[in-house]
Amino acid sequence: MHEPIRLTPPLTDADVEGLQIGDRVLISGVIYTGRDAAHKRLIDLIQAGEPLPFHIQGQIIYYVGPSPAPPGRPVGSAGPTTSYRMDPYAPELIRLGLKGMIGKGARSPEVKEAMVRYKAIYFAAIGGAGALMAQAIRKAEVIAYEDLGPEAIRRLEVVDFPAIVVNDVRGNDLYEEGMRQYALAR
Amino acid sequence: MREIHTSQIIAVLRDLSISTNTHLGMDVLAALQKALEQEVSPTGKDILAKLLENARIAREENIPICQDTGFAVVFVEMGQEVHIVGGALKEAIHEGVRQGYQEGYLRKSICHPFSRKNTGDNTPAVIHLDLVPGDRFQLIVAPKGGGSENMSRVTMLTPAAGIQGVKEFVVQRVKESGSYPCPPTIVGVGLGGTLEMAALLAKKALLRPLGSPNQNPELAQLEQELLTEINALGIGPQGLGGRITSLAVHMNLMPCHIASLPVAVNIQCHAARHKEVDL
Repeated sequence: MHEPIRLTPPLTDADVEGLQIGDRVLISGVIYTGRDAAHKRLIDLIQAGEPLPFHIQGQIIYYVGPSPAPPGRPVGSAGPTTSYRMDPYAPELIRLGLKGMIGKGARSPEVKEAMVRYKAIYFAAIGGAGALMAQAIRKAEVIAYEDLGPEAIRRLEVVDFPAIVVNDVRGNDLYEEGMRQYALAR
Repeated sequence: MREIHTSQIIAVLRDLSISTNTHLGMDVLAALQKALEQEVSPTGKDILAKLLENARIAREENIPICQDTGFAVVFVEMGQEVHIVGGALKEAIHEGVRQGYQEGYLRKSICHPFSRKNTGDNTPAVIHLDLVPGDRFQLIVAPKGGGSENMSRVTMLTPAAGIQGVKEFVVQRVKESGSYPCPPTIVGVGLGGTLEMAALLAKKALLRPLGSPNQNPELAQLEQELLTEINALGIGPQGLGGRITSLAVHMNLMPCHIASLPVAVNIQCHAARHKEVDL
């Protein structure tokens, strides 16, 4: 395996064009969190022509609802939630400049088309490895929708957050490739 | 006749809510270790190694294995000779869950189905209560995450579909679930009963320790055949390709209506969390 690629948001078209499925990345800097409920509110804001709680161009959204932070820690456990639930909302955010999404599980054809058209990447973090993922998070603050509790939008500062590229800007899909490689004909 | 005070039940529920979420069972750890040795995909091996490392960190630092600390599903086996004092049994269970999820820094993941307003304290718990002869009192806490639960289904097959129809339903469900339920999974299958009983049988099947065979030889055989077919799908750990998609298939069966063949598939992710206490 190659050396992991280091990325710091905001990402440019050139950053994402250089990535291919299977690449291991280490993300450092600021990423934002959001799940279904927050995404629905973001889309409502866009449709009403109102500004979003953060500037979306070049950013990475991590689909996570962390467990509460114990004393002395910035977050509790913080592994990815299943991304398909955000599929109805993601294409619009990608169109507006979102460059990366971190989650787990395959995406819809509409999301993959938007990634190709507007140049964005989908990364997978390891589902169920919440304690391990949390180690890369140094700071977490709620910046919107505190009423959503674990589903609020948080600004995270991360150092060497590990992920793997599963969808690139050329329409490739690591979930499809992986299954193809290891399925046994019966 | 013996008495059990609700304060004891509250304390046990509180402690088990926390420990199920931080200390993964030895049988699950052993199954993940075995999977790591058997998996041929390098990415799959890497993921399995990280899941074991994650379980170690969670155990040593007392933080949840997964941020989805689950719906509190509680099984109670209560002897007819047991007398609960100090309050209502079900209220004590909800209170224990409430305390555990607060004191253990566990996530509050329960909401209204329409408004999506969070209930704030991870209650209500789901309680399955069985009254049995004698004076035993057993509590099993089995937090269930949303991702794997979302991939679970019940169907009413036509009896003509037979064993082959059951197998096709189970394998097809796992195939369609793909990467979504955090493989490697444990597949619980419930056969027979009525609609809701099949589902309950499937969930109870997930409580059987990993690595222990089905007592019924016909079902044990079916479980092995299903596991082989599932692992031939190539989905692999986290759905990124590999030969270990599921760690086990567990089946429970009871008689059904002459016109029916109910089948339920309850998928469990690799964070298979459950602990039991006998009071």
